[in-house]
Amino acid sequence: MNANELARIAARTRAEALTMIHNASTGHTGGAMSATDILTVLYYDVMNVDPKRPDDPKRDRFFMSKGHSCEPYYAILADRGFFPRSELATFSQAGSRIIGHPNNKVPGVEVCTGALGHGLPVAVGAALGAKRTGQKYKTYVVMGDGEQAEGSVWEAAMAGANYKLDNLFAVVDQNGLQISGPTKNVMALDDLAAKWRAFGWDVCEADGNDMQALLDYFHAEHKQGKPHCLIAHTVKGKGLPFAEGKPEWHHKVPNDEQLQEAYRALGVEEVDFND
Amino acid sequence: MTKSTVRGAFTAELLALAKKDRSLYALATDSRGSVTLTAFADELPSQFVECGIAEQDAVGIAAGLANAGLRPFVCGPACFYSMRSAEQVKADVSYSHMNVKIIGVSGGVSYGALGSTHHSTQDIALMRALPGMEVYLPSDAVQMRALTRYLASSNEPAYVRMGRGPVPEIYTEKDFFTPGKAVKLLDGKDAAVIACGEMVYWATEAARILNEKGIHISVYDMFTIKPLDEEAIMEAAGTGFVLTVEEHAVYGGLGGAVAEVLSQKKPTRMRILGLPDEKVYTGKSEEVFRHYGLDGEGIAKAVREGLKK
Repeated sequence: MNANELARIAARTRAEALTMIHNASTGHTGGAMSATDILTVLYYDVMNVDPKRPDDPKRDRFFMSKGHSCEPYYAILADRGFFPRSELATFSQAGSRIIGHPNNKVPGVEVCTGALGHGLPVAVGAALGAKRTGQKYKTYVVMGDGEQAEGSVWEAAMAGANYKLDNLFAVVDQNGLQISGPTKNVMALDDLAAKWRAFGWDVCEADGNDMQALLDYFHAEHKQGKPHCLIAHTVKGKGLPFAEGKPEWHHKVPNDEQLQEAYRALGVEEVDFND
Repeated sequence: MTKSTVRGAFTAELLALAKKDRSLYALATDSRGSVTLTAFADELPSQFVECGIAEQDAVGIAAGLANAGLRPFVCGPACFYSMRSAEQVKADVSYSHMNVKIIGVSGGVSYGALGSTHHSTQDIALMRALPGMEVYLPSDAVQMRALTRYLASSNEPAYVRMGRGPVPEIYTEKDFFTPGKAVKLLDGKDAAVIACGEMVYWATEAARILNEKGIHISVYDMFTIKPLDEEAIMEAAGTGFVLTVEEHAVYGGLGGAVAEVLSQKKPTRMRILGLPDEKVYTGKSEEVFRHYGLDGEGIAKAVREGLKK
């Protein structure tokens, strides 16, 4: 799929995710918006997944380690046909399986995430399992930059390099902000790319809100013998004029006017969750 | 009486099964020696995963291997898997319902004089509170071999705790074990002792001591903490006094599980014998058992005291 088509899908996904948050009066707006382009490229272009066969052993594996950014993830899974779009209207409602962190009762979700620092170890296991058994699928995981403070991330970083998991792609959604403020003020990460390189990974950096840059990264030839890490430079709240780069939008909920303002900025007329 | 290690029985059985079923994996955290997995690692290197000293990572990797269609057994000291990686067990295994078996060796106070950093005396409380987790404390090597065969064929997540040193063999290869079904080892009408793990042998010793004084007790091996055998607990209550014995804190373990059943279904006089709310006394495990009355004499004394009231 070309970058323009993907950008249109991402705009619609952002509008849907924001509508889910607005309707439920809960959600993690900022990180959802920063990660939407990465998720869009993976699910509409890069990954080999079949919504009709969510348990196909050959499927590529995806783990949303920054589980709080679940709204665009659910919106994309529904749009791809993993479950009815109408279920998006139940987001965070009592009894719904579409809850505030990825839930593997939902077709397409591999494991329940939400506690940070869990996705990469599981992804390492899935990638190692593929290597050991000669399966060809690839494994993808998206982490946050605030999440990089979790020690378990680095345990798994060591294991991924130790087992030379070149079938594993870790994307860090580096939007530079976390709930308490700028990541550099909460727990400084720089030089993050150097850290991943020092842990034995093949590291690239790209604009994580640029479809063409993401397509170029995933379609490039990747080094063999090392796991791959993409430091994706993103903007928290991307696409929402009132939220971009503002820490308080980590989990702020848009009001009616802001929702309409977002639709206009995204070029989306309206959102419905009809099947 | 023949003595053998439960961990040795586990690893020998797992190795034999894994040679036939290539989906069975063993993971270790620099613990292959203490678990007795060296032969497994040497003979089946493609089914062995060394995770380094990183228990959180090991449990996560195991969940990922299960996601890849494999059947992983994560093996290492019970103290670290029940605490350091508790959140991975909760989120990646229990909540995500992944087919991962957590095998805690050198559990309870088996590490004796190494101190409480190396004791696992809250693990039953923690593991049995996790939805869907099965919890087993085998009492001898024979039972562990049977349990290993069950675990290798089951799709449910489970936690197993075993000790370190050789323990007396209670069973023979003819004995049959079913998850959710306790083993009634002795039948007596005066009182009932429900024990698990290494305490089962000591409960039978207590029965022998009491027998000489004309007191006849029933002894149940509740190796299956979860699923729990409520029927056996109700039957034990029929004696009028139930004593639970465990190598675990007196909070939330076997005693707690039995009390939850009896207080709601058949209020019965009972006492929970285990490790009290204090910095645990250290020494060889038998010395710790003796200190806290978790040996034959101590259990017999607790039964006599219970019957006096």
